[in-house]
Amino acid sequence: MAERESVTLVVFSGELDKALAAFNIAIGAASMGMEVSMFFTFWGLNIIKRNEGSIRSKGVMRRMLNFINRGGSRRLHLSKFHMLGMGTWMMKRLMKDVNFPQLEELMAMAKEMGVKFIACTTSMGIMGISKEAFIPEVDSFAGVATYLAEAREGRVNLFI
Amino acid sequence: MKADATLDCIGLYCPMPIAHTAKKLEELEKGQVLEILADDEGIKEDMPAWCKTTGNELLGIEEEGEQYRLYVRKS
Repeated sequence: MAERESVTLVVFSGELDKALAAFNIAIGAASMGMEVSMFFTFWGLNIIKRNEGSIRSKGVMRRMLNFINRGGSRRLHLSKFHMLGMGTWMMKRLMKDVNFPQLEELMAMAKEMGVKFIACTTSMGIMGISKEAFIPEVDSFAGVATYLAEAREGRVNLFI
Repeated sequence: MKADATLDCIGLYCPMPIAHTAKKLEELEKGQVLEILADDEGIKEDMPAWCKTTGNELLGIEEEGEQYRLYVRKS
């Protein structure tokens, strides 16, 4: 390969199944020698929020939003058949059953392979989420221009 | 086929076999052959695609029942 190909993923959704798909593709691309950037925006930010502690924000509405929409990789629901947690619990069991890594393991693996995690500052501003709410693996906090500058160089670009 | 190293991916689903292959191949020298054992059927299509993209050479795929033995030469 003359030049490293790049892949950009916009991770808009914050559901467990969609997050799994996004990290599967990211790991696959990284193992094919491609440079991978994942842009987490809107509900997708929930995937990269830390699991511990509470999310502090200003104002009643934002505080309420961040209480209801707490996020964190361990709190994500399936987009279908969540069934008050039963369905999601079962899916995690099924994954374990066939030795498929859990989301946290996939995230660690992606990171180890050099996948870049970028959090959208606009969504953070609207929802009142501060940098401290995120896992330390997040590489940068940026906007649409950063995403487009990378996406235009890339051959693969997905919105999940 | 003679291999310089073997990677066991039995029981692992996509994208783990190719991810592990990429990692294992880093340890090998150019020209050395890696043998990969897998039982996820997708590997039959995925390994050729992976090799095509990364420029490594797929020497062959042997099927033994529901298991596969794949040989990749590092280039």
